[in-house]
Amino acid sequence: MQVEEKKEFRPKIVAFCCNWCSYAGADLAGSSRLSYPADVKIIRVPCSCRVNPMFILRAFQRGADGVILCGCHPGDCHYTTGNYYARRRMTLLFSMLDYLGVENGRTRVEWVSAAEGVKFSTTMNEFVAKIHSLGENVRLEDLRCKRD
Amino acid sequence: MYKIEKSQLPGLLAAIAAREDLFLPIQKSGQANFGLWSGDADVDLNTLKTVKSGKDCFFPQSETLYSCRKEEGKLAIDPAKLQETPFVVFGMRACDVQGLKVLDNVFLKDAVDSFYAARREHGTVVALACHEPEETCFCKVFGIDAAAPGADVACWFIGEELYWKALTEKGKALTDQVKELLTEAEEKAVEEEQEHIRAVIDKLPYSHLDLSVFREKSTMELFDSPRWEELYHPCLACGTCTFVCPTCQCYDIRDFNTKEGVQRYRCWDSCMYSDFTMMAHGNMRTSQMQRFRQRFMHKLVYYPDNNEGMFSCVGCGRCVSKCPASLNIVKVIKKLGGDAQ
Amino acid sequence: MQERLVERAKELLADGSVVRVLGWKQGDLGYNPEPAYFNSPEELSDFVYDGFCGANLSKYMIQAGKLEGKTLVFLKPCDTYSFNQLIKEHRVKRENTYIIGVGCKGTLDVEKMKDAGIKGIESVCQEGDLLKVQTIYGEKEMPFGDALLERCTVCKGKTHQVYDELIGAEEGEEAGPVGNRFAQVEELEAMSPEERFAFWQGELSRCIRCNACRNVCPACSCLKCVFDSNQFDSAQKANADTFEEQMFHIIRAFHVAGRCTDCGECSRVCPQRIPLHLLNRKFIKDINELYGTYQAGEDTDSRGPLTDFTFEDAEPGVVVERSSGERGKR
Repeated sequence: MQVEEKKEFRPKIVAFCCNWCSYAGADLAGSSRLSYPADVKIIRVPCSCRVNPMFILRAFQRGADGVILCGCHPGDCHYTTGNYYARRRMTLLFSMLDYLGVENGRTRVEWVSAAEGVKFSTTMNEFVAKIHSLGENVRLEDLRCKRD
Repeated sequence: MYKIEKSQLPGLLAAIAAREDLFLPIQKSGQANFGLWSGDADVDLNTLKTVKSGKDCFFPQSETLYSCRKEEGKLAIDPAKLQETPFVVFGMRACDVQGLKVLDNVFLKDAVDSFYAARREHGTVVALACHEPEETCFCKVFGIDAAAPGADVACWFIGEELYWKALTEKGKALTDQVKELLTEAEEKAVEEEQEHIRAVIDKLPYSHLDLSVFREKSTMELFDSPRWEELYHPCLACGTCTFVCPTCQCYDIRDFNTKEGVQRYRCWDSCMYSDFTMMAHGNMRTSQMQRFRQRFMHKLVYYPDNNEGMFSCVGCGRCVSKCPASLNIVKVIKKLGGDAQ
Repeated sequence: MQERLVERAKELLADGSVVRVLGWKQGDLGYNPEPAYFNSPEELSDFVYDGFCGANLSKYMIQAGKLEGKTLVFLKPCDTYSFNQLIKEHRVKRENTYIIGVGCKGTLDVEKMKDAGIKGIESVCQEGDLLKVQTIYGEKEMPFGDALLERCTVCKGKTHQVYDELIGAEEGEEAGPVGNRFAQVEELEAMSPEERFAFWQGELSRCIRCNACRNVCPACSCLKCVFDSNQFDSAQKANADTFEEQMFHIIRAFHVAGRCTDCGECSRVCPQRIPLHLLNRKFIKDINELYGTYQAGEDTDSRGPLTDFTFEDAEPGVVVERSSGERGKR
């Protein structure tokens, strides 16, 4: 019997990181030689509230299996209140995705400060593991973007 | 003329589907639309009008024309395949079949649309007569007989039986394929049913619309009619009427970046949308009145001018029942002076 | 009531208080009146107000508000929520509008009548709790309540939120009991993610991208919709992939979240009868539960839930805790 060789699933993760805290946190993780999987692709945004729900959906469309948004801790926003708005928006968006039957572990928000290199690294490791267990994103996929 | 018991219909459909793709009205969450037959499909041959017409089977709302991608530094182009295998569309109505003829005039004349032509060549249409026409129907106005649909095969539901009559070579070929399931029948039952259907259609509120104004008045006179200004106000500029219409044929061509390459596809367009006819310099139709006028002038004036008087409306009445603002082509015909009374 | 409305409109036109009237004009089938402007007392002979006047005229006020002179508009109780919301967003001019709040006994859904097997409708009239329908195939009848639009079975109430005067507002007050408008949302929430996904696939995959839901929506008042952008590598009119339908409806619901008054126009106009209100109501329900009860259109000056925050707001992780799939596992 011929068994088709299955490629190991490597999740693709998009991480939106705010310029002022989380991106610096990722930097710190790097310079502290803390590891996190290379499957995480960071997109720097000026503030967590810059992230429009469409960004997240587009990421899934283009093949992401998980999307995480990182910003300054509530109260520490560089622009004072941006992350408070982001918090409400993302809560509602994630709830809607859950309502549509998309696995709710695929999206996440985590507050990571510039000093939290360790948190950045553990968060990303955890998130990648979670997406790994969920498998490939099929419920929010665009067939046109799938490689055959 | 043949017949088959209604209870044997699933067997007939399965027999057709075993040989070729079969498209027919299928219920999905309560709404009937043409879809590909499968063993567990909820087939619905009773609904008079599917939400979208069967136009989709020949001219899909979206279809890829070709895709290109980079391969070893070069550009590789994959044209989409044309339809190569025969298929059957079962359950279209007389109006929708006439709709295909309207499309034929556009797509099969000079500059033949190869995608459409391939589907027309390989598709066999089995049409159903309309036993219970609705108040929104006005196919009679365009000389269509819902009691005798002019497809490859015409069918009638009478009592517990489906009557089957092949009208073209394609229809005969299909009949030969399923002949063992059919039994010979007399025409008489069908003729009686046809009389009955025609009597009902004669009583429909829209059956006697007068279209003479579109033949008599000049294009410019109709174009400049002050009536358009009075008519268009409720229009919300959505594309409902266009997308449910069996004769609308406008499409747009767009590129989709799949990150691996580009897919060039075409999709139905609606003259009601503000980006219709958008060009580099801008849009020549700047107001909703102009867009609204375009839709009906095309159906009732421009198209007949170019096609020996054949209107590009078949009176299916879908826009009548689906328009969010209860606007429709009948109100336009009446307002422009075509009311029979 | 129709006569009273026409009479009052004629008076207001005659004394110059308003220059035009926005109402509903008699259709040609007994159930298809259309929104219309009336510029003179004579034109008002075609005016109609009955159970089929479901169209929310607040949407048309966005355009009418830009016209010269004052417009008289007839608004049903639920339409006034939309108008208020539009005032809040500076989309209409209150001073340019004369609002007559009209009573409402609930508006009818001709599709539901067809569901009940009534075909070939010629005319419809209400007698008590019954709807008598004259059809080509004989006289039919059905309970009035069974033909109501979904939104009317869960009516928000018969109180007008904004008006200059009321006519017939007492009508409809005796209307029957109303259902819980979140009942269907709760049913969905109780399903497993797989079931929910299957449900929404069945519904959203029928979308034909006609944009009727968007164009009829009073909250969708953007001059240029994000989906109409030509910078898009997709098209708002192409149902090219199920993803696009999902995204369109998620984003549209999100863009009106906190502003949607739940007027139900999106579901009324959908040619494929997709229950779009279930998306909007999910947002409303979440907002109510997480950030405090809020009804868009009740006032004209408060902050909307998505343009506001508190320091103690729930973290997005709350979604996992609230989801049925997780609850089942515990």
